[in-house]
Amino acid sequence: MNLGMILEMFPIALMFGAPIVMAALGGLFSERSGVTNIALEGIMMVGAFAGASVTVVLEPVTAMAPWLGLLTGIAAGMLFSLLHAFTSIHLKADQIISGTALNILASGLTIYLCQILFNQQRTRAFSYGLRKVTVPILSKIPIIGPMLFYEMYPTFYLAITLVVVTWFVVFKTPFGLRLRSCGEHPQAAASMGINVYAMRYAGVIASGAFAGLAGATMVLTQDIQYTVTSIHGTGFIALASLVFGKWNPWGVLGAGMFFGFSQTLSYYAKDIKILASLPLEVFYALPYVLTIVALVVFAGKSVGPKAAGEIYDQGKR
Amino acid sequence: MANRKLGDARKGDALLVPIVAVLLGFVVGSVVVMITGKSPLVMFNAMLQGLTGLNVARGSFNPRYIGELVIQAMPIILTALCFGFAARTGLFNIGAEGQLMIGSLAATTVALLVKAPAFIHIPLVLVAGMAAGALWGAIPGYLKARFNVHEVVVTIMLNYVALHMNNLLILNVFGSFDKVKTAPFPQSALLKDPWLESITNGSRLNWGFIPVLIAIVVYWFVIEKTTFGYGLRAVGYNKDAAKYAGMKVNRNIVLSMMIAGAFAGLAGAVITTGTFNFGRALSAAEGYGFDGMAVALVGSNQALGILLAGLLFGMLKAAGPLMQSNGIPKEIGGIIQASIVLFVAMKYGLERLIAMLRLRRDKASSLPVTGEEAGV
Repeated sequence: MNLGMILEMFPIALMFGAPIVMAALGGLFSERSGVTNIALEGIMMVGAFAGASVTVVLEPVTAMAPWLGLLTGIAAGMLFSLLHAFTSIHLKADQIISGTALNILASGLTIYLCQILFNQQRTRAFSYGLRKVTVPILSKIPIIGPMLFYEMYPTFYLAITLVVVTWFVVFKTPFGLRLRSCGEHPQAAASMGINVYAMRYAGVIASGAFAGLAGATMVLTQDIQYTVTSIHGTGFIALASLVFGKWNPWGVLGAGMFFGFSQTLSYYAKDIKILASLPLEVFYALPYVLTIVALVVFAGKSVGPKAAGEIYDQGKR
Repeated sequence: MANRKLGDARKGDALLVPIVAVLLGFVVGSVVVMITGKSPLVMFNAMLQGLTGLNVARGSFNPRYIGELVIQAMPIILTALCFGFAARTGLFNIGAEGQLMIGSLAATTVALLVKAPAFIHIPLVLVAGMAAGALWGAIPGYLKARFNVHEVVVTIMLNYVALHMNNLLILNVFGSFDKVKTAPFPQSALLKDPWLESITNGSRLNWGFIPVLIAIVVYWFVIEKTTFGYGLRAVGYNKDAAKYAGMKVNRNIVLSMMIAGAFAGLAGAVITTGTFNFGRALSAAEGYGFDGMAVALVGSNQALGILLAGLLFGMLKAAGPLMQSNGIPKEIGGIIQASIVLFVAMKYGLERLIAMLRLRRDKASSLPVTGEEAGV
């Protein structure tokens, strides 16, 4: 393992990390408003399917196709998350059951639509996803340049921007304060005239937008088409990043990048002397094992929004 | 009648919600099929054929479909028992998939390495699957009891770990000719039986249904009829009250997860030595865990409910290839299943709906109405 290899690993790790961070930020909005969202995985699938489909169809027409794909991913994610919002906020459903239903629905629905649209179990392959960019001037900086600014997917910068935006919105604006109060003590929030239902809808729909974007990003940077295994548990890793990152945007950024790096290891294991003898499956399993370890280590200390997962009952004190 | 308020539950409502949810699920499925330009009649015809073996359009009968229905229902009934058992203790075990894979791995190990006559070998294979599933289930149980780590995320993560561990051992330890499967098991380890296959016209029906039926009875007996089961349910209803009453809450959590894991592990053993006769490396999870969860939710975590819901969802799966051959993507089964779960989750909304319809009927039949009721 040398410096060159670490520099080489960076862009790949950040490519894996970006969608995890995006989806986890979505989870942050939802949980801060008091709605547990284990449907992140399903929403990502829907976003990825929408993004890949639009990209494939519009590719011959416009060079902007992947960007339109990202936008469609956002829209599809928001629409799909509305289901979770409606059942868990208005119909007082158990949020975990509702989220699970969405996860099952996503895999059925996306593949069903693939069969209708493309006559196969997956979308058609697109020829280019998002294109890598090199930032002028900054990429010339030694060490940092090749790590962060050379041949990078623009979605990484988008993810960083979203971290800053999320931090500002959730912690520095009146809207954020209201959102968080609904996640901590909705009855107290309601007594101050805050519309708990509206805030929770906003939280869940925001999570849909973020997770939809994450799904589209993932398929357009890491894949050539959408298949039922395109997302392979990234939504759940995002959920774990949220816990690991203590429901804070900066923590989420760190946790997401940590998981990005652990996924990258499997690609470089053969070049690292002490790791080369281990079978690849060990590295495939590593991110998931690390998630559990992280949860155990941080379990006692990390405190999530108090009312997350609880059904809002106006009559409760 | 006049004093009843909106949303009052009646006896029998517990049964009504799942039934309404199932019906609405089929409505959603039909609408999706229609929107995408296909005929729901074709879908229902395929389902009827999957359920009874009768092809109404052609007037023929093929018992193979009944055999396939049972084959599809067996593992998801077991994973439903897995989910349901943990749920009765207030735990949300999404780990049935992983527990099933580990059970299947253990069954493969015993089937390949042990040499014994069938009447010893088969029970040994099944017990190995159950024990391994129980151990895999114990991990999230222990982490929950000891560190209060939420079982949902842990069980999901363990599903992926189980997948890669299964592949690691199948490919690297047992060796594989084609990067997919192990050598075939000896005959003595198999639940497969040519006679069962022949009476169902070449389906994959096997003796696995016997352990499945036993598991359903054991589930009912342990949960409903034993002090131990009562203790588990008490933890599920109210952890603090159970603790105050002197029950060992943490021990019950771990034990409940272990028993749940054993059901899923048994499913793994049944699939590996019944449906197949070799250990398999998998490219992705096969969805038994989530299917089982849907079955348990629709069956209200009751033994009989799980049996019936398992057969229903088994039918949806068995009808898949039939629909596919008639031009309807088989994923419609998954869509219907997810819609049913979503409607079960909307229990509160459905109960309101049922109460509202009932109120309207009551009003029509028993006038005059009190002012309070009219204002609702």
